[in-house]
Order: sequence, then structure tokens, then C-alpha cells
Amino acid sequence: MSSDTIRTTRIGETLLSTHELQVSYGRGESEVRILDGVDLAVRAGEFVCVVGPSGSGKTTLLRCVSGLQAPTGGSTVFEGVEVTEPPKKMAVVFQDYSRSLLPWMRVAANVELPLRKLFPKAERQRRVEAALASVGLGGKGHLYPWQLSGGMQQRVAIARGLAYQPDVLLMDEPFAAVDAQTRIDLEDLVLRVRDEYDMTVLFVTHDIDEAVYLADRVVVLSGAPTVVAEDIAVDLPRPRDQLATKALPRYAELRNRVFSLIQQAKSHAMIDQD
Amino acid sequence: MKALRLTLLRIWLPILIVAVWWFASSGSTSVYFPPLSEILGAVGSDWLGPYFVQHLLPSIGKFLAGYLIAVVLGVAIGLAIGMNQIARAITDPIVQFLRSLPPPTILPVGILLFGIGPSMNIFVIVFGSVWATLLNTADGVRSVDLQVRDMARSYRLTTLERIRHVVLPSAAPQIFAGMRTSLQIAIILIVVSEMVGATSGIGYYVLKSQQSFKVVDTWAGTIVLGILGYLATLVFLLVEKRVLSWHAGMRANDNVE
Repeated sequence: MSSDTIRTTRIGETLLSTHELQVSYGRGESEVRILDGVDLAVRAGEFVCVVGPSGSGKTTLLRCVSGLQAPTGGSTVFEGVEVTEPPKKMAVVFQDYSRSLLPWMRVAANVELPLRKLFPKAERQRRVEAALASVGLGGKGHLYPWQLSGGMQQRVAIARGLAYQPDVLLMDEPFAAVDAQTRIDLEDLVLRVRDEYDMTVLFVTHDIDEAVYLADRVVVLSGAPTVVAEDIAVDLPRPRDQLATKALPRYAELRNRVFSLIQQAKSHAMIDQD
Repeated sequence: MKALRLTLLRIWLPILIVAVWWFASSGSTSVYFPPLSEILGAVGSDWLGPYFVQHLLPSIGKFLAGYLIAVVLGVAIGLAIGMNQIARAITDPIVQFLRSLPPPTILPVGILLFGIGPSMNIFVIVFGSVWATLLNTADGVRSVDLQVRDMARSYRLTTLERIRHVVLPSAAPQIFAGMRTSLQIAIILIVVSEMVGATSGIGYYVLKSQQSFKVVDTWAGTIVLGILGYLATLVFLLVEKRVLSWHAGMRANDNVE
């Protein structure tokens, strides 16, 4: 049922899609199935949020999509090519900024690192400066990451993704480790730079409000073994605004829909465990 | 002001010891404990004189050659072992066996293979001091954070970029810890290897002077050795401080938060 609704959204311009993606660990009786055939599609220019209860394999899904992990079954297709290794036109912003930025490199060098083999020096510098300015860190390139606050460090990680100018930016619970205030700022920042850089984003989160606020489409995962529970189009007007958007009745409806799906998933998961 | 106090705190005891030694030994007629003034006189006239070229420079040269070869080999092999599970499995028994040999054990073999002279001294230093750097490097390389690896892979860094910008810096604190142990072992081995198999160098000279009862010269050589070891450690710490400044900064920052 749910796979049918996805198929209809998968028109010619699909950029990234997974097909019956499966991941399991162990064999025989001790086999633990994490992903049980996940189908999702992201079209060019879309902002898609994947939301699911904790333990639903969100990070596993993202690792498969980004080519960091081989699935045990099924496949990911990006720009018409099956993903077997991290694709060139894809960038990832990881959950833990303190472990994805290199503490021995200054901020600018961190952002520049993936560009070294791709562009001449002048082009790299232009991109680094532009990306840092976009995330509000212009003039901070000479600092080390550990001299910045958590929120600023994650902005550096986002700037690194921007400077790389990928066709799709994957984000794995990027704001899970920052405080609520910073989180709100970063959400709006992501929406802004996404327009500025005209990017496609696949954003994984466990935060329902965040998912509905950011996305064009929310893909709700079931509990493990995980499938897509529902694929919900978010028909909220843009640009989004923390106050106005969240005051809309439609926002509350969508939020409640996602919430009840996740509650269902959680109770199913609990029955499965018993 | 604070720096001055710290310096004073560090040097008053050495100064006191030298002073006590100086005055206590000033009228000494003992064959074994000559006056410090005579010993230091020998240091000045001999070691800053003819022995500088004849014995000191050869020792420093052999020590530097041996230590640098050991560090380069240790880091290179450690890197290969740390990055490659198969290489690790193949080399592990051999490495464990070789590094368990007490370094002086290799002296007779060194003399057999290289005869008496600089090649043998350098061989012994390399063989004895390479393991600490090698094993620490392998360990540091293996423990590079998983998410850092993921980052490097997802941005498709080349192997060379990964080694240079990710793996080596990440392992650097551990590599330097290994290099420091290697340094201490190398200092010991330059002396020991010169004592049994050299025709010049401080180790050779100290033992020869003792055997011919030139007690003042034995003391003088020993003091020069001490100073040499101290200076080597000092230079090492300066280099380490510079290379790992990010590490110290990050740790200081963690403590503040």
C-alpha cells in the first residue's frame, strides 16, 4: 500500500531512490533485521525528512544511501547509477560535529579539505569563504573547531557540505546534539542555504516538529524491522516561519499524523519484542 | 613574572647540587672523586676542544641517523600495519618476537654483520628503538574515530589525503609518545653500542678512559653524555609542542567547559 503511494511520486526527475533496501546483522536464528525493504525516493530540489522512532535504523538507512555501508539486500540508485561507494555528487553532514570536524585543522581548512583534489586554489578559497559566510561564520576561518560552540561547529560542517556543492546533501540528525535555541536557528539556516544553493536535501531526524517544519515531504519509518510506514506530502506554504508556520492548523494536523504513526510504530515494535 | 618564578623553581636544585659537589670535592685527593673543578676543566678543554670533532660529533651523527631511520621506519611500517588488517595479522607474531629481544642482545649479531664501526652502531640503535614508535603508530592509526573515517570516505578523500590529513594527525599524539620512548632507548643504545663496538664516540671514550684509569676523563665524558641526552629531550619536547599545539589547545578547552 505504502509502496504504491511512493511509486506515484517517483516521476522522471527522481534523483535518489532506494529499492527494497534491506539490512540485517547475524545469520540464522540470531539474525536481526534492521531494514526490511525500504523504498523511498527523493526528487531533484526536494527537501525530504525521514523520521522514525529510535532504533528504527535511520542512521543505517543513511549509511546505505550514502554508500558507506553495503545493504544486505536491495539497492540505492543515485542519478541513475547504483550506489556501491560514496558517490561524487553527494555530501553528508554527520550527527556528531565534534567527531566529523578535524580538530588539527582550522575551520577554513576543514571546509576546504574535500575540495583539494577537485579545484585550483583560488576557486577553493572562493567557495570556502562563500560557504562560511552563508552559515554566518565569515571571518572565523582562522579558528580551530574546538574554539567554537557546538552550534557553530555544526555550521562549519554544513559549510563544508555547501562548499562541496553536491547534488544532494544528506543530514543525519544534525541538530540532535545542540540546545533547543540553537536548533531553531540552525533549522532556519538550513532552509535558507538550501534555497541559496538550490539543493536537494535528505534529512534524517527523530524530531517530529523539525521534520514537518523543514520538509516538502516526510517519510515516516516503522519500528525495526523497518519499512516505510507512510509518505506524507507537507503542503505548508514557503518560506516557513517558526511562529507563523507552526501556528497553522495544517501544521498541527500534519504533526499529529506523523506523531500517531510513530506511536503506532513504537507499540508494534514492542509487541514484536514480546 | 610567572615564567621567571617557574624558571627559578626549576633550576635552584640543580644549581645547589652542583655547588655542593663543587665545594665538597674541591680539596679531594681521592682517585675516584676528583675535584669538580678538574672535571669541568676537562669538559671545557677536551670536549669543547679536540674531542668535539673526534668523539662528540660522530656520536651525535650516529645517534641522529639511527633515531631518524627508526622513526621513519616505525611510522611507515606502523601506518601500514595499522591501516591494513591483513598486514597486521601477518606481521604481528614477528613484531612481537623481535621487540621482545632486549636491544643489547643484538650487539653480537650487529658486530658479526657490520663489524666494528658506525654502521653497526646505527644498526643497533635502529633495531632497538624502532619498536616503540612502530607499535604506538599502529595503535594510534587503528583507533582513528569511526565517524572521522566515514567523513573521509564520504568526501572521497584519496588515500594520500587520508593518510596526510586524517590518519597521521589523528594518531600524532600516540606517535609522539612512541617517539619519545624510542628517543630514550636510542640514547642508551648509542652509548652501549659505542662501548662494545666503536673506535670513536663518547661511549667508546668513557669506557676506554675508565679502563686506563683516567678518572677525570671518565667523569667528564659522563657529564657530557648527560647534557647530550638532556638537550635531545629538550629539542624533542619543543618539536612535539609545536606539532601537537592543536591537541594541547583542544584539551585545555575541554577542561574549561
